[in-house]
Amino acid sequence: MYTDKVMDHFSNPRNVGEIENANGVGEVGNASCGDIMKIYLKVEDNVIQDVKFKTFGCGAAIATSSMVTEMAIGKTIDEALVLTNQTVAEALDGLPPAKMHCSNLAADALHEAIKNYKEQNA
Amino acid sequence: MKKIYLDNNATMPVKPEVLEALLPFYREQFGNPSSLHWAGRMVSGAVEKAREQVAALINCSPAEIVFLSCGSEGDNFAIKGTADALKDKGNHIITTSVEHPAVLETCEFLEKNGYDVTYLKVDKDGMLNLADLEAAITDKTILISVMWANNETGNIYPIEEIGQIAKKHQVRFHTDAVQAVGKIPVDVQKANVDLAVISGHKIGAPKGVGAIYIRRGTRLTRLMHGGHQERNRRAGTHNVAGIVGMGVACELARQNLEKNYTYVRKLRDKLESGIKELVPEIKLNGHPNPDLRLPNTLNISFAHIEGEALLLHFDLKGIAASSGSACTSGSLEPSHVMGAMCVEVILAHSSTRFSLGTDNTEEDIDFVLQELPPIVQRLREMSPLYNRDEPTPLSCDECRIIRRI
Repeated sequence: MYTDKVMDHFSNPRNVGEIENANGVGEVGNASCGDIMKIYLKVEDNVIQDVKFKTFGCGAAIATSSMVTEMAIGKTIDEALVLTNQTVAEALDGLPPAKMHCSNLAADALHEAIKNYKEQNA
Repeated sequence: MKKIYLDNNATMPVKPEVLEALLPFYREQFGNPSSLHWAGRMVSGAVEKAREQVAALINCSPAEIVFLSCGSEGDNFAIKGTADALKDKGNHIITTSVEHPAVLETCEFLEKNGYDVTYLKVDKDGMLNLADLEAAITDKTILISVMWANNETGNIYPIEEIGQIAKKHQVRFHTDAVQAVGKIPVDVQKANVDLAVISGHKIGAPKGVGAIYIRRGTRLTRLMHGGHQERNRRAGTHNVAGIVGMGVACELARQNLEKNYTYVRKLRDKLESGIKELVPEIKLNGHPNPDLRLPNTLNISFAHIEGEALLLHFDLKGIAASSGSACTSGSLEPSHVMGAMCVEVILAHSSTRFSLGTDNTEEDIDFVLQELPPIVQRLREMSPLYNRDEPTPLSCDECRIIRRI
């Protein structure tokens, strides 16, 4: 049901954890759907230096979280804002249709974290 | 990789004795038992022998057994067949909120067609209040449908007592006995059941065969039209090989019932006490008294993590189990059984069912107890709910919108 890339990111998730002194934190999702994603950012000179995540959720939720951290690191915040849940799913060679709503929120979590960063640095 | 199968409530392998017994019915004994000629005659006796074997397991007369394609067909037949046959008597059905979808969705279908259905609540242990059941009976009640044992929690319902209530009020009583048969004694006479449904593949017969017990004299409108098979109660050419297999599986279940109960119960208890000892922050789903659960079933929630992720990690280690999480149920909500028991939504998402079989060994359980704690811990370390101070976001407007459509 899952692609090899999803299973790779699920079983060896990249960038799990929290960033101490993160300057942007975003959380999306809720427990009734079964997925909550939290993204921590370290931004310097408008460039995302580090991203970490914590996720409660299914295989797709964990894999998309891991993938979005890889995709975001090194990007400017404007570049990172172009990432969508769709592009994250595509980078994983697709997700099962049923997973597109609940478990594909990683880009939203990233955007929330960027929003939080902008608010802090406004 | 070692493969450990702990999902026997979903299905189980065909038993070797069963396979051996049924294969000739795909080869030289290929006839249609309804045919008059030598090929038909060659197999009709086999179908009748299987009927006797099924009847012996649940203590009824062979003439009261009708072969079907599966358990779901049986539940549809029992409920729709009763609703139609007794429509002049009433339009009220009593069932429970924890039934298999084959019962629940059939009742929901009937609700759209003028029937009233009472869905009895269960308590936090998943058990029924029989006073509620009795109080729900009206002069319009035509059927009580309560499962013998629950597929997710393994809870065993007091079928004999419900049978007494049904008898007292002269209401027909149907039980989905799919999970109970072969695991615990099922005696339809003693329990005063009018209709009981069993499935072949849950007891070591192939998929695609089931049976319903219809107490003599019970009027039931046919579900399948088109032929005179099964004394005009179920049309369709007999699945001869499947029926033969089901007969042998019932025979084996009858002979080994006590031995198998003791064996799987010991393994299940070992798994249960092992998990309780090794993993903090867990919740047993189902009745805390193991005597009131099927001997093979254990349902546990692991706080702060989600069930599908857990199952995928188990699968990577060769362990097959199942989950009540929304992600594995194919809907947007976790298991209706967990919901009916008022299990907190996060815990419902991680409810994990281990259903053992006689093929499992002590080593299997040792392996699971070795692999499970680090998997749970790893997912907890990854979860934003673990050691969380701020409140957990609980609801989702988007899900509600989707559900409404």
